[in-house]
Amino acid sequence: MMLALEMYRSPAKFLAAKAMGSRIPSLLTGPAAPLRLVTINEPKADKDGWARIRPILSGICGSDLGMVTGHTKLYFSALVSLPFVPGHEIVGELLDDCEDLPKGTRVVMDSVLTCAARGVEPCDGCASGHTNLCDRITVGHVAPGLQTGFCSDTGGGWGNVMVAHRSQLYAVPDGLSDERAVLTEPLAGAVHTALRAKIEPGQSVLVSGAGAVGLFATLALRELTQAGRITVVAKHARQRELARAFGASDVVAPDEVFRGVRRATGAFRLKPEMNAKEFLLGGVDVAVDAVGSKESIDTVLRVTKAGGRVVLAGMPSTGADLSPVWFRELELTGTYASSRGEPNDRPAFETALEIAAKAPLDGIVGARYPLYRWREALDHAQSAGRLGTVKVAFDVRAS
Amino acid sequence: MSRPGFVLEVDDRTPPLLVHNGEGFKLERFPLGTRVIYPPESLPAVRDVEEAIQNALLNPLESEPLPELLYAGMRLTIAFDDISIPLPPMQKPDIRQRIIEAVLTMAADAGVDDVELISANALHRRLTPNELRDIVGERVFRSFYPDGKLYNFDAEDRDNLSHLGQTRHGEDVEISKRAAESDLLVYVNVNLVAMDGGHKSTSIGLASYKSLKHHHNSHTMIHSRSFMDHKASKMHESAWRMGEVLTQHVKVFQIETSLNNDIFGGPLQFLQKREWEWSIKDQASFLATKRALDIAPPKLRHKIFTETKSHYGLTGINAGKIEPVHDRTLEMVHRQHLVEVQGQSDVAIMGVPFVGPYNVNSVMNPILAACMGLGYYFNSYRGNPVVRKDGAVILYHPVDYEFSQLHHPSYVDFFEEVLSESTDPATIEAKFEKQYAEDPWYIHLYRTSNAYHGVHPFYMWYWISHALDHCGDIVWVGANRKTVERMGFRSASTLQDALEMVSHSVGRSPSITYLHNPPHLLADVR
Repeated sequence: MMLALEMYRSPAKFLAAKAMGSRIPSLLTGPAAPLRLVTINEPKADKDGWARIRPILSGICGSDLGMVTGHTKLYFSALVSLPFVPGHEIVGELLDDCEDLPKGTRVVMDSVLTCAARGVEPCDGCASGHTNLCDRITVGHVAPGLQTGFCSDTGGGWGNVMVAHRSQLYAVPDGLSDERAVLTEPLAGAVHTALRAKIEPGQSVLVSGAGAVGLFATLALRELTQAGRITVVAKHARQRELARAFGASDVVAPDEVFRGVRRATGAFRLKPEMNAKEFLLGGVDVAVDAVGSKESIDTVLRVTKAGGRVVLAGMPSTGADLSPVWFRELELTGTYASSRGEPNDRPAFETALEIAAKAPLDGIVGARYPLYRWREALDHAQSAGRLGTVKVAFDVRAS
Repeated sequence: MSRPGFVLEVDDRTPPLLVHNGEGFKLERFPLGTRVIYPPESLPAVRDVEEAIQNALLNPLESEPLPELLYAGMRLTIAFDDISIPLPPMQKPDIRQRIIEAVLTMAADAGVDDVELISANALHRRLTPNELRDIVGERVFRSFYPDGKLYNFDAEDRDNLSHLGQTRHGEDVEISKRAAESDLLVYVNVNLVAMDGGHKSTSIGLASYKSLKHHHNSHTMIHSRSFMDHKASKMHESAWRMGEVLTQHVKVFQIETSLNNDIFGGPLQFLQKREWEWSIKDQASFLATKRALDIAPPKLRHKIFTETKSHYGLTGINAGKIEPVHDRTLEMVHRQHLVEVQGQSDVAIMGVPFVGPYNVNSVMNPILAACMGLGYYFNSYRGNPVVRKDGAVILYHPVDYEFSQLHHPSYVDFFEEVLSESTDPATIEAKFEKQYAEDPWYIHLYRTSNAYHGVHPFYMWYWISHALDHCGDIVWVGANRKTVERMGFRSASTLQDALEMVSHSVGRSPSITYLHNPPHLLADVR
């Protein structure tokens, strides 16, 4: 038996969160949260290549919060199996030998449950190394689930024990602290985003959002591309500081995006009638949306130059006006998780581990909570930007 | 007979004194011993303006009379000062209208039919048709504007600029092609303050950025001591050198006018008077105006001030060759504005009013407020600044965070982006000026809308560089703290607090001078 936070099906809570959540935010992490602290059976590692892991730290990701607060699109409901233990950003310790990795090894996990993990023939995505594009995430000997942390069979980082397949695991170098290692998964996502953005040397980039996704994307863009000017949209003082430390050329407030981008790129600024949202003719070569809100997506589409590329790195939650995509012939690209076969011919996690070792990431995990203080933890994560925190994590050992 | 300006020393019988404070006023009690510089009262105006104009055109200085310079088949261009002077704008008919009508009448008599009129706005915003009409009058507007013969100068129209050469200092002289290729350029000037006119008219008013950047830069402006004394101003020296080159290529017939200090009339008449001479009516007017302004919504207050027009009287008009004409003009300007002041003081106090050269029919944004106080008023001296080196300047203005996106789009970016990085004129010039000057959006707005050129806020900042270099402390009374801080200054709630704040640099009992303007004055500091 183990202690875990479990996400369960509750249409009533889902509807309550939808109806009242925006007016009473405390509902979302309080009574309306379809989450409970339970003592349940440990997940089993009884298939080839699977092993048990004891999570050490487990991050709270935007997609976890989206799920808990009912903001996630129902699109994803077909890709999960309830009840499940959330938590896919983990650093943990192997409780069993796992092929070449001995028991006790500290590991981080690529959470996508691919063909290899599911014991099925590789799909086109997996065969070509694009493991994040796996088409078999609902079949095989594992319950449906796009990732560990959304699957009823695997457990997740918000529990004392979880299971993972060897194909998902990367050993953590000895010199890398737990606080840095737990950032590997989001950093791998940022690596994937930076490489998917296909930035030519000197091109201008806008990163909308300076939460963990935006900040790590900025870091990866600076690290892995020859981007010219990187402008980051940041709301809060600490985010502005970190954006600069991670390589932003300049930082603008959300209500300054059009002015700032126009200035940086020499674009023309147009204001449609009847208070419709303004837009630029010209703008950045590449824009990365790291928020997922309608507001943010609308903005990035409107400040990207004709023929430019818009990369959706934040989980989109609501509809945006696609007029600019049509009129400016924008290339709209999604980036989801990370893959083993990135354009630089390396698994994103390997690159991410290197970045985690040398980047200025001290203090990025700004708060750690035991599982039983989960409401506080989620509250903190909900307001992380305002509170000057980038990443809130569960300290599973303390639970 | 008008009384000259004078310096009052505040004693215990001195009433509270009026201080301009943006779109409003304050009555302030100044510390005992404060020197208050009052401008001279208005000089008597020329009685028959039409006759004075005719006389100037027919009896010019070191030039043939205007009719002798006009002939059939010639290209005649009339350039005139734009909306930035006089301040506040003049009641109709504008003096420029009367002069232009007289010139056009003579041109018509001579059979001249190739005439164009250009508003010499350099990098200032284009005037709207109504603003042009206000300056040149209905008849001239209707005759020339529809055919495109009356227009704003466009410093970014590369096809219509002429490079006339370089000065002996290597400064480019590039002006309006139409003006450069005219058989005669008549320049119609309004000389509000000593800074205006002379070679500054054409060499600056019809010049491109390529030409202007030689004197509108931090180095030149920091060494202009002051702008109001063209013989001690590096900016004017440069303009004068350019004028030498220009007049080798272009025949210029300069017409300069000087105005008296009749700025405020009607219910604002009390602003023209010295406080202890306010009648009961003046006191009632002040109280009523102040109360009304205090409770009026900002839009209404702005409208009231925007619609303020001044009933200036003409004190002189001279025409002919640029230099002698300008010398005569300056004589009159000095007679109207000069006040002799003995020695400098530790602290200078100035009230920044509602209007400056660059916010006519617009908003005085923080940069323009700084320019008005620390550029124009600080430089309203001859000889030495009113305040000693490393002394303090205290200014009154709300300095609200308010910008006109129509008129000052690049100012917003300058404030947000440039000033957040540095407030040092030389640093921002090196790092940002070129970007702003060449920004295609600003150029587009300058050329097609009513926006100041992208580089204009830089010029405003250079304008205050002498004050920034000279003063140890700059404090604004009653100003928005955030906007003032962004510009590198400090804000105080009251004059007493401001004096407290500057006491570390000027001591507890500093000598204080209050420049009681507008009406305009020029402190002749001995």
